[in-house]
Amino acid sequence: MSEAARAIPDTVWEGREEIEVVTFDIAGEVFALQAAAVQEILDLLPETTVPGARAFVGSVINFRGKVIPLADIRLAFGMEATQPTIDSRIIVIELEIDGEPTLTGIRTDKVHEVTTLSRTAGEPPPSVGMRWRPDFIDCLVKRGSDFIIVPNLQAIFSANHAQRQTGSSTT
Amino acid sequence: MSFPDPIAVFRTEAAELLEQIEGGLLDLNVDLGNKDQIDAVFRGLHTLKGSGAMFGFDALAAFTHHCETAFDRVRKGEVPATQALVSAVLEAMDHMRTLVETPAGDHDAVSEALLAKLRSAVVMASGAPLATTTTSAPPVTCYTVRFSLPQNAMANGTNPLGLLDELRELGDCRVIADRSAIPTLDALEPTDLYLSWTVELETEEPRSAIDDVFIFVMDEMQLEVSKARPSIEQPKDPDQQESAAGEPLQPAFAATRAVSAATPALVDAKAAKAAENVRVPAERLDELMDRVGELVIAQSRLSQLAGGSGDLQLRAVSEDVERLSGELRDTMMVLRMVPVAQLFGRFRRLVHDLAHETGKSIELVTEGETTEVDKSVIERLADPMVHLVRNSCDHGLEPADERIAAGKPQAGRIFLSARQQAGEVIITIKDDGRGINKERVRAKAEASGLIAANQSLTDQELYQLIFQPGFSTAQEVTNLSGRGVGMDVVKRTIDALRGAINVISRPGEGSEISLAIPLTLAIIDGLLVRVGTGRYVIPLSAVEECLELSVEEDMRSRGRSFISLRDSLVPFIRLRDLFRTGTAPDPFQKVVVISTGAERVGLVVDQIIGDHQTVIKSMSKLHHDVGTFSGATILGDGDVALILDVGHLVAEGQQQEAHLRAAG
Repeated sequence: MSEAARAIPDTVWEGREEIEVVTFDIAGEVFALQAAAVQEILDLLPETTVPGARAFVGSVINFRGKVIPLADIRLAFGMEATQPTIDSRIIVIELEIDGEPTLTGIRTDKVHEVTTLSRTAGEPPPSVGMRWRPDFIDCLVKRGSDFIIVPNLQAIFSANHAQRQTGSSTT
Repeated sequence: MSFPDPIAVFRTEAAELLEQIEGGLLDLNVDLGNKDQIDAVFRGLHTLKGSGAMFGFDALAAFTHHCETAFDRVRKGEVPATQALVSAVLEAMDHMRTLVETPAGDHDAVSEALLAKLRSAVVMASGAPLATTTTSAPPVTCYTVRFSLPQNAMANGTNPLGLLDELRELGDCRVIADRSAIPTLDALEPTDLYLSWTVELETEEPRSAIDDVFIFVMDEMQLEVSKARPSIEQPKDPDQQESAAGEPLQPAFAATRAVSAATPALVDAKAAKAAENVRVPAERLDELMDRVGELVIAQSRLSQLAGGSGDLQLRAVSEDVERLSGELRDTMMVLRMVPVAQLFGRFRRLVHDLAHETGKSIELVTEGETTEVDKSVIERLADPMVHLVRNSCDHGLEPADERIAAGKPQAGRIFLSARQQAGEVIITIKDDGRGINKERVRAKAEASGLIAANQSLTDQELYQLIFQPGFSTAQEVTNLSGRGVGMDVVKRTIDALRGAINVISRPGEGSEISLAIPLTLAIIDGLLVRVGTGRYVIPLSAVEECLELSVEEDMRSRGRSFISLRDSLVPFIRLRDLFRTGTAPDPFQKVVVISTGAERVGLVVDQIIGDHQTVIKSMSKLHHDVGTFSGATILGDGDVALILDVGHLVAEGQQQEAHLRAAG
């Protein structure tokens, strides 16, 4: 009981039985992000590389007159970057970074739909047998024979943030 | 947008009032007899008391009341203004600030101590025991006071009951309300005021006391004061009555009449004047600035499209939009500008206090207060300037005896000036003290390992060392300079504002620190360059010159990265290498020479595209670790270009130079 409660933080469900999410593909897996956090889904835009920035947030884009970073979650998980396809999209979400709400674009391979996930189908991430880092995942939600991954963006972004800050002093 | 919190509104208002009062007090300190300033201070205190009580700041109201009372006596000429009194009130004002910020805390002890000080200052000032002034009780006079307030008076925060209460404090009153103007119920506006009053007042106070009751509503109201027949219970000396009823009252009465006749016009003019100034939250201005920024971007896209098409009508429209958006941008800039006087004003108090603390006599001279700067720049300049002024007062100015020995006037001088110069505002903090001790700075820098022993440095380079973090000429630290920001924070703030610091010092004559700050933070003129496939903006204010990097020079400079520029060696950075572009260099590379203060660095780029109106967008926190860029901007075609951080690149170039020098 306490194990499960720890593993599925209530930040996902916030006491609700169901949440609305946007599902999308990255590297052959289906991910989901809360629909409420998603600002917009964009076709690929011209990117501007930021020399010297971490590969994970290696570029910026022009989102309606604002300059926002573009993140590639793949790289946060230590996977290879891939070439964009005709289905590639950018999901723009608002994220809290160092206590400041920050608009960020996330590169995806394909965006599916807005759907509803129910809490009862949720499971904590298994500690073994995954190719993703377990602490970057809030929970897995079973649908049909597949799982949908709800990533913990807060952990992903802050981990990469901290890692760089300690790493930069040595370079 | 949500309605502003009334408490927050009061705090802003109180801060402004306190600033005004402080200004008045400091002026008064110089010119003790100045009646206008005394009145201004009194009015400020009174308003502060009133609005404090209205918003529930009771401790503040009660405390301010005592100061007001003290000043009231000064105003009436019972007590002359003295420096001790002004100082006491100045100290009390600091306490008022605390009371405004933390009304809930336990301030009684402090309040009591300050009030005791104030009282003794008043007693000292009056010079004689107060009891003597009340030996003869003034005669009782009977006045008929008729007054009516404008219909919207209550909506504007005037409380007629308060006025009546104040009249009652003057003496026995009989109040008659005139209800004739009250409309029928269906036409009645509950927040409007329909009553007027007639008050029969018996008082020992002079007639001016009645005027004082209405001092804050005087401009908008109708007031008639006449001497009435004394009531039967209190027969009066006939002589006195006659003289009082005759000459002196008549002109005053006539004047009141004239005012009341002219009232409607006056009210209109006043209302129009009030409408000329609108208080707008800064964030709305920022939002508007963002919109204007986006418009400028959209407009440059439009001109590109129009320029590429042969459609003459489209071109005409595009040119119109270009002109309009340019004007809009200029107007927007002006909206955000405030005069530097606001900033300089704070230093009068600081210098006054510092003079007391150090026991030196210090004179503050300011110049160019009307120079206007972006509001956010002013706010961010305050802290570094406080530190610089403290430094000048504490370290720069010598004690009086030393000054006299050196043949200088006894009073030290701090000179603040502001002026505009080509897109920048230059703020100078100058003193006529002993100047910066170069030997000591060098010794300190060598001891802390900032520079190598006997390393040759120009004076400017040496002075810049005092802005290094952790640099402090320790033997001089006093309670004054140990506080607040350090010189490295000054440097950091100025860097963040994309400004530059320049230091001039002459031993025995004083030192001068100039801060060159861009006029605005939102839009700059930039030089657009291409490096590899990426485009970047270099702030034009930092660009000294552009030149071609000839093939020979390029070949020759391999490995040492210096170019000779009019007999001086300038280190340069190949941006292609720094940015790892991985493309082949253009055959004719260019060098853009940039500078901060006296330090220069060349940047090697592939192509210079041209100048570009740059709307600065800040980078997100995810990119704060990338020091090379200070922000980003959006180009006419919608692409993002990064803005180079000049300070960072110059520092990098200088480091590279130092490295090579050490190696070679």
